[in-house]
Amino acid sequence: MKKTKMILGLSLVAVSGLILVAADHVDAPAVTGNAADITDVYTFQGQDTNNLAFAVNTQGLLSPNATAAATFNENVMIEINIDNTGDNIEDLVIQAIKRDDKMYFFGPYAPTTTGTSSTIKTAAASGSVTISTYGLAPLIAEKNGMKFFAGPRDDPFFFDLGQFKAILGGTASGFKNPGTDTFAGTNVLSIVVEVPKAMLGTANKLNVWAETKKKQ
Amino acid sequence: MKSKIHEFKNLNTKIMSTTNNFKLIALALACAVVSVNCDNKDSYNDMGISADFSGTFVQQDQMARPAINTVFIAAGQPKDDFNAAIPSMMGAKYQSIFQSRLLALNAGYTTNALGQTAPQLTGLLATDVLNVDKTKKTTFFDGTNILTGRALADDVIDVELLLIFGGPMGTSNAALTSDHVNANDKAFGVSFPYLATTW
Repeated sequence: MKKTKMILGLSLVAVSGLILVAADHVDAPAVTGNAADITDVYTFQGQDTNNLAFAVNTQGLLSPNATAAATFNENVMIEINIDNTGDNIEDLVIQAIKRDDKMYFFGPYAPTTTGTSSTIKTAAASGSVTISTYGLAPLIAEKNGMKFFAGPRDDPFFFDLGQFKAILGGTASGFKNPGTDTFAGTNVLSIVVEVPKAMLGTANKLNVWAETKKKQ
Repeated sequence: MKSKIHEFKNLNTKIMSTTNNFKLIALALACAVVSVNCDNKDSYNDMGISADFSGTFVQQDQMARPAINTVFIAAGQPKDDFNAAIPSMMGAKYQSIFQSRLLALNAGYTTNALGQTAPQLTGLLATDVLNVDKTKKTTFFDGTNILTGRALADDVIDVELLLIFGGPMGTSNAALTSDHVNANDKAFGVSFPYLATTW
């Protein structure tokens, strides 16, 4: 163990107070555990490979008992940012926000301003879907080639976070085989939106990120 | 019915600012019920929306690549700061911080299996965006494609551990290059919404 510490300098990490957490699960004091806390972002080809699916998960580590009561927040907009010019500035956004029992989607559209503050362009409304209920079949809406989902899902992320923390804390020298998935048996609140690639501009390469933005 | 609804919507627009929410909700429901009639105008009313989407929304959290930002940023205030940053500003601010963290994690870092030096790897990672290629299979890394997206089943943690700890051949620090959790605890769907049902 000492040797590992020396080689990897992990003790230094522990001293410096770096506590590693995974994918953004249990992320930061300002957002941890609330509706603004993004746990993971996925972008992948849809079943129809002419489409890209975007999934943004929030509120990680929901136990089955806690999932039914977990809700999206009407003051927190989930925004998928898409750069198609390579400068890491969003050229298109897809926005999702809850109103009553529905999740409303806007875009992809070119925002009038980029960066940390956003507004919602209601003329860019692209669809809405009733938020799915815990334990029931997922509700899906389709419109103009796009598909929409919002509601609780199994957390697709997997990682032996517990053992990783033990390694960093100096009480273990490596991972176990097999490892233990810290996220097994837990849920997240997801939005999933599928978009024809043609709606995302002509560039082949995109840079994608998600943000949560709170109404002021 | 149709003309009535459109009258309501005009009224609705006028009284929007006075926010009689109950009425607005009722109108929204009425419009939604007969959404076919509501259709061929602008897309706003098209959805039967009479809710209020006004206001300015300010960034609380930001995320793209899995685990990377949290791995490389110290707990507490620095994490909040990183979450409030925008990708175009991250590289200049965070590359050197990421490099220090990388070398704290793995003091013996030389290059990784992609041939990246510490400045190269951390230069890539410090700008937290998910690279996506519309023309290729989307994956974080599948042995062929690198950073063309992120699929649900991608074992992203093993990829990252390998790049941080595995050295130029991917063979260094063998106890640290895989967590030996190689798949999700539920199978993913082949069709939308793809993510598995809840526990």
